[in-house]
Amino acid sequence: MARYIGRRVVQLLPVVFGITLVLFVMLRLIPGDPASVMLGTRGTDEAVARINRQYGLDQPIAVQYLFYLRTLAGGDLGTSIKYQVPVIQLLAPRLAVSLGVVALTLLITAAIALPLGLLAALRKDSLLDNAVRAVFMVLMLMPSFWVGILLIIFFSVKLGLFPVSGLGKGPVDMIWHLCLPALTISLSIAPVLVRALRANVLETLRADYVRTARAKGLRESAVLTAHVLRNALIPAVTLLGLSIGGLMGGTVILEKVFALPGAGALLIDSIAARDYPVVQAATLVFATLVILVNLITDLAYVALDPRVRLS
Amino acid sequence: MATIGTHAPALGERASRAPQRWAARALRNRNLLIGGGVLLALLLLALLAPVISPYQPQEQNYDITLLPPGMAHPFGTDNFGRDILTRVLYGTQIDLRVGAVAVIAPFLLGVLLGCASGYFGGWIDTLVMRAVDIIQAFPFIVLVVAIVAVLGPGLQNMYVAVALTAWVVYARLVRSEILVVKHKDYIEAARALGIGDARIIWRHIGPNVITSSLVYAMADIALYIGLAAALSYLGLGAKPPEPEWGAMITEGQAYITTAWWMSVFPGLAMVITGTGLSLIGDGLADVLRPGG
Repeated sequence: MARYIGRRVVQLLPVVFGITLVLFVMLRLIPGDPASVMLGTRGTDEAVARINRQYGLDQPIAVQYLFYLRTLAGGDLGTSIKYQVPVIQLLAPRLAVSLGVVALTLLITAAIALPLGLLAALRKDSLLDNAVRAVFMVLMLMPSFWVGILLIIFFSVKLGLFPVSGLGKGPVDMIWHLCLPALTISLSIAPVLVRALRANVLETLRADYVRTARAKGLRESAVLTAHVLRNALIPAVTLLGLSIGGLMGGTVILEKVFALPGAGALLIDSIAARDYPVVQAATLVFATLVILVNLITDLAYVALDPRVRLS
Repeated sequence: MATIGTHAPALGERASRAPQRWAARALRNRNLLIGGGVLLALLLLALLAPVISPYQPQEQNYDITLLPPGMAHPFGTDNFGRDILTRVLYGTQIDLRVGAVAVIAPFLLGVLLGCASGYFGGWIDTLVMRAVDIIQAFPFIVLVVAIVAVLGPGLQNMYVAVALTAWVVYARLVRSEILVVKHKDYIEAARALGIGDARIIWRHIGPNVITSSLVYAMADIALYIGLAAALSYLGLGAKPPEPEWGAMITEGQAYITTAWWMSVFPGLAMVITGTGLSLIGDGLADVLRPGG
């Protein structure tokens, strides 16, 4: 296992290197330089040149890139040009908010998809099954920011159950504020999972080992949880892992809808401000998280299915 | 060559019957019929918008601002007194065009690179697949937003951003299918007969591996309509007063407590369009599947 993980990590290094290169070159292509954006109309030529010198932006692009790689290797994400503080200081609390949304989203998604996928399969072609399939098909087609707005109209404005926007104060209040954004993203991921789970459960129910489990007199609840659900979950875990990338992307937009101070909102603002170090760091962190989640997804197969061997 | 000559008419005859078989299957497919009906209705509404609506999409009237849905304005009016139904109808023209145009470049690029990667293997495969790995490591929307920021806001630049990023899915799909097909007997036979690589890919491999990409492309049209809306929401897509659905939803968000109809109706139009396209995608998958 350790060797497999080691090999996968080594294979990922060129990808991460490629990501930094793509990002670095792309950001330097943005018209307008950070110093001019930062100083606005007050920017004299001398002031712009001074800031460019201060951040090494007057160096050739290859030199800038090598300098960036050296600081990155030392665990330094750079200093924000706009806010004049270390990027890590800016990014860490906002990343915590985004990861909070992601974690809550996964919980809500599991709470929605597991029972509904299982029930829809067990009551195949019933009214419940058809209703679940129809509702989730429509949900899948709704743009997430629009769903967010609808949820705000219904739960916040009409019912007054959740706050309209912002982060709140204290852990409980913060979780309360993150509920609607997390529910919004869940509603865009859950349909795919419900569909996959339903199909997997239906297939597993026909398996010989399920018939054997029933024949030996095992309780139905034990058959469903230990034999059916566990096996049906394996492909669903892959799908969930694959949707994490989309989920991270989802937070970028939904942080805008719900006015959350997360890493996605910071990224969008930093692109507008040409704050290269922040954009580089935030995108790199997003991309690395996606890569890590893919690796964890692969490892989760082994935990769930002893037949899967790593090679 | 004589052998090929004797078989050619039979093959040609079978190939010429294929479209008729597909057409017959398509006419029996419920998903394709309903989806096609929805899309046709939307196209008609988009084209006939000037005939259906007595208003112009950008016609402002400050005497009738924020009117709720009623007889004169079935979808209500916005903060400038513009008729929402008219704007949704004209928006259909923009959004359907955006979805259709956005899908073409990544589809062609992805299929081309996927073919080269899967068929030739070696360094081409390594190069293409590493590029795919790098692009897929970024959350799609993050990469598109970054590229649009580089190129400047607007739908034209969204097309470029989508072309640069979304080809990877098609490349992966086509490559994986080519890896299965390229060792089949009929490909080996074609190679043994001295037929060139380009012709083998175009005539023998292409038709067998393109189906799943076509189905995927249909679903992607809905995705790109949503993406255009999301970019408009972030201020990087269509700009007001253009009646693009995403831009309309964004304008409506400031009024969600008083005028819900401003955001709800353009969103509903997106859902209906997405449903139609999704049904067509499912139907196409059934019809084009070998033996389906």
